[in-house]
Amino acid sequence: MLGPFDYALWLVGFLVEIYVVVWSLYQNEFFRYLPLNIYMLCEALVTFGMYFCLRTYGFSSRKFFYFYYYTDSLLAILMFCVIIKLYLQVFQELGVNAYIRRAAGVLILLTAIFSYGVIHQNQDHLTSRFVVELEQNLNFVGVVLTYLLWGAIMKLRETRTRLIQLVLALGIYFSATAGMYALRNLFPHLESSFLKSVLPLVGLWLPLAWAYTFTKVPEDSRLATALVAARAR
Amino acid sequence: MIAALICVISAAACLQFFVSYCRSILASSRKAELSERVREVTGIVGPEVAAGDFQRLLQLVRLCPERGDDRTEIRAVGTYYTLLRGIILISRSAMPKLSAWAESERQSCSYFAAVVLDRRISYSRDLLMQQAADRF
Repeated sequence: MLGPFDYALWLVGFLVEIYVVVWSLYQNEFFRYLPLNIYMLCEALVTFGMYFCLRTYGFSSRKFFYFYYYTDSLLAILMFCVIIKLYLQVFQELGVNAYIRRAAGVLILLTAIFSYGVIHQNQDHLTSRFVVELEQNLNFVGVVLTYLLWGAIMKLRETRTRLIQLVLALGIYFSATAGMYALRNLFPHLESSFLKSVLPLVGLWLPLAWAYTFTKVPEDSRLATALVAARAR
Repeated sequence: MIAALICVISAAACLQFFVSYCRSILASSRKAELSERVREVTGIVGPEVAAGDFQRLLQLVRLCPERGDDRTEIRAVGTYYTLLRGIILISRSAMPKLSAWAESERQSCSYFAAVVLDRRISYSRDLLMQQAADRF
């Protein structure tokens, strides 16, 4: 069962997601960060849908289970569009946008084929374990893509503070989520105690961090990447 | 096996991303000069702030009225400071280079706390002046 803490997290998450979109509209930046805003909007809709499902069908119903995991998987794929947009922003001056778009198209196609293959093989036992594994893999692809993007930012000495913070927040979100799902896969008994309360907190991180970046970091703010790279002297 | 590998790689990546994220927040405070007022209140002398002053500075920050826009960064840097303390505890004897790096990062955290305190003191003064102006 969900307690007041879980409901409070949902409410805060929903409000912050809406805040990010409204702030972007207010600042005339909605189209500059279009995939990111669409993601936040979808995230808010899913949060609302989950609440509706919970009230109508109950926490332990199959409908709530499928709604939770499959919308989460769809959001993970939508997040790839956000990463692609960030790639385009980082590489915009190199004039390789056409290559990135083509590579992104191939990646999404491969992910779709892979997911179809896995689902086709497991269609007779779409269990919670399978869904957890799928989530873990999708989020890990996100970790790899974000890590490569971070590497490109460092290599190209990207100085846009906003872009740097958006990518880093995304990296924290993907790696924490992938790690949590992997832990859940390894130790299923942890789900009812530790992981049940930590996963929503990780989910709250991304809208909070993005809201902070959009509100506090101006578009023209610059930062030397050497100051951000963590190296022991 | 794959899950264990993903777990370890994700934990390492998360740590690296988190450290870089906190450093990006700290970097913006490094450009700010501390005012004489905050130096007087805290007893800070010279350009550096002692690594151990972080908690004391945060207590002073909590005494000032909240601006409402710095809570997220204070929380993130507070978590980073705790993480650095853990790194120092683990690496002091085995990895002195890492320990020295963590110590310099803790200094940056303290400097950040001093900058936040400075901003909050200015904010309190503005509030007081505004109240006084409204009264007369």
